[in-house]
Amino acid sequence: MSDAALHDHDARLSACPACDAAPLAQRIAGARGGQEEVILSLPTIHCATCITDVERVLNRHPGVRDARVNLTLRRVIVDAPGLTAEELIPVVESIGYEAHELDPAALSASAADRQGRDILMRIGVSGFAMMNIMILSVAVWSGAEDATRDMFHWISGAIALPTVAFAGQPFFSSAWRALRHGRLGMDVPISLALILASAISVYETLHSGHHAYFDAAVMLCFFLLIGRYLDYRTRAVARSAAEELTALEVPRAFRITPAGDEPVPVAELRPGDLIRIRPGARIPADGEIAEGSSEIDRSLLTGESIPVPAGPGFALSAGEANLTGPLVMRVTAAGRDSSLARLTALVAAAESARGHYTGLADRASRLYSPLVHLLAFCSFLGWYLTTHDLRLAVNVAAAVLIITCPCALGLAVPAVITAASGRLFRRGMLIKDGTALERLAEVDAVVFDKTGTLTLGVPQLVSLDPIPAEARLVALALAQGSGHPLSQALAQALVDAGTEPAALADLREVPGYGISGLWQGREVRLGRADWLGAEHGDATLSASWLSLGQGAPIRLEFSDRLRPGAETCVARLLGSGRRVMLLSGDAAPVVEDLARRLGIAEWRAGVTPVEKAEALRRLRQEGLHPLMVGDGLNDTAALTEAHVSISPASALDAARTASDMVLMGSDLAPVAEALELARSARARIKENFAISLIYNIVAVPIAIAGFATPLMAALAMSLSSISVTLNALRLR
Amino acid sequence: MEILGLLIPVSLGLGGLGLLAFIWSLRGRQYDDPKGDAERILSPEWDDHPKP
Repeated sequence: MSDAALHDHDARLSACPACDAAPLAQRIAGARGGQEEVILSLPTIHCATCITDVERVLNRHPGVRDARVNLTLRRVIVDAPGLTAEELIPVVESIGYEAHELDPAALSASAADRQGRDILMRIGVSGFAMMNIMILSVAVWSGAEDATRDMFHWISGAIALPTVAFAGQPFFSSAWRALRHGRLGMDVPISLALILASAISVYETLHSGHHAYFDAAVMLCFFLLIGRYLDYRTRAVARSAAEELTALEVPRAFRITPAGDEPVPVAELRPGDLIRIRPGARIPADGEIAEGSSEIDRSLLTGESIPVPAGPGFALSAGEANLTGPLVMRVTAAGRDSSLARLTALVAAAESARGHYTGLADRASRLYSPLVHLLAFCSFLGWYLTTHDLRLAVNVAAAVLIITCPCALGLAVPAVITAASGRLFRRGMLIKDGTALERLAEVDAVVFDKTGTLTLGVPQLVSLDPIPAEARLVALALAQGSGHPLSQALAQALVDAGTEPAALADLREVPGYGISGLWQGREVRLGRADWLGAEHGDATLSASWLSLGQGAPIRLEFSDRLRPGAETCVARLLGSGRRVMLLSGDAAPVVEDLARRLGIAEWRAGVTPVEKAEALRRLRQEGLHPLMVGDGLNDTAALTEAHVSISPASALDAARTASDMVLMGSDLAPVAEALELARSARARIKENFAISLIYNIVAVPIAIAGFATPLMAALAMSLSSISVTLNALRLR
Repeated sequence: MEILGLLIPVSLGLGGLGLLAFIWSLRGRQYDDPKGDAERILSPEWDDHPKP
């Protein structure tokens, strides 16, 4: 184990210079034709067998020095000089695991790692100190007297003071920041209690007092740090997964130079550059076509599911996908100026203006913090005025601060959120925002987008019936010669039906139109209606035409394939009494067909992005809390406008940025589950608040009355923290 | 009671050893993939001949 860990350590160290000087290193690596290290995302691995399978097959591949799977992050890091991801992905996929390339430059995990380890270190140190002081304290509580007690107190202090100084830093710095901005956060009473408890304990020890609070101070640190760590973990998992999604789109473009094509990072594209776009690639910048013709899939931008034919002079936007023909494009706006980036920035601005939703924890601490200070101050005043004993009064005030100190409160929300988001993560759903789960619990209306959300955006042949048996052989041969999605869907349907391809000669693809070939001396064609001379008919369903050289062309109809889990998800949402709506930018008949299939009564077609956002705003004005599920650029405004939003991982970066949660798998069913889970998570959080409230109602009067010994403080604190954590674990 | 003078440093020292071990394992990035480590135990791959 240690050996492997060390190796992992080495492997990462060697990658670090690349993170530091990412753009430069990337260019050098690009020029060299491959990075030293390839990181692949493996979303489907889950067990010991998966780990060994993947590592074994990769290690056996020639050129691979080492492969190490990280199951927590679902990644494999392959140390393979000279090999590229394109060569390694088929190796992993050959044994049945889905793999995607990740861009190492976009994964800045190191800084987040350091923060997590920092908190863990403080937990370890305070845990060590807590256990040792507790042993000594037990001796004091069970009746150690005079010199022995003082010695134990001195040793406790010697352990506790450096520990509090080191482990309490996160609280001190955060409290200081809050105070400087004139706010009272949760960290102010914590810091005050830590400092006061330590100071009083030192004073008491010096004067041979009976009670010292060293154990309480250190235990406070320990429990609160655990809460901090849970909080950090949830955020880190979400952030690293969000980074991973960004890294999935390796931003590389092929710039045409006199010396040939040169791969460059998209960030380095300049207006006026000529870039080559291969069929199937996504367009990296705004521009217009200089050469070539093809069909463009704009479904992510507009929601229309039918590809648009494009030729020289046609304007392209970043984010669209090139389908059939190779294109040469002249860049007009790239990087930060591209329409895609502008939109992302717009969404970011809209997001910050959305009005900050205050989570339950924030609201609780806003009430709690002033109350605690007031209580401590009142008991100090009360005791001082009645007894005129400053030492006793400060002692009681410190006891009140320690006993009320929000260990349970600090754990209440993070523990529940960690348990809930862990469960959602296992079901393939990712929470980006800490308050998203609380907002999700309030949802009473759900709005779906169509293309890419309820459907996969992948066409499927409606029926094979219109094609005569003989024509099927020709159709398959033609369809297999093209990379167009409709051709691929046709080929898939024919292969599933057990068809063998006919022998064709002179197979030629005309980008933007279709594919042709020679069969028994006749020219056969598969493609667009006008190219084959057929009547267009209604253009509602995406259609392709097949001509056998004689007779009328045959019309082939395609429909969008339903996303798995869409039916059960909609059915469960409707069953739970929530309003379900379908808003799509696509044509009415397609949308109506889908709505009928899923049983959605409220649907609208041909909706523009602005109308979508307006529809959501209206829902909110009606007092509803709508959840928006969408994937395209046309949805981003609506995603931002919604109370809470979800987008699938296949969505554009802009849409994922705008949404609060991301669906990692292709299954839609977790959406309905997440709504149920969010409700029970909110219930748990409220129970946790109730537990800490009851605890305070019992403990605070005891402290104010001056009966709180350090033993009672320690017992009460542990008891409340543990019960809150156990309650949260019921969610798993 | 003299025994305390011996026992307390011993217990502190042992605790400190545990702390050092924890810091060492933390620095060695042993907590980076808790889920993977839990699963790797089940694999017979490295039992007889540890990974080089």
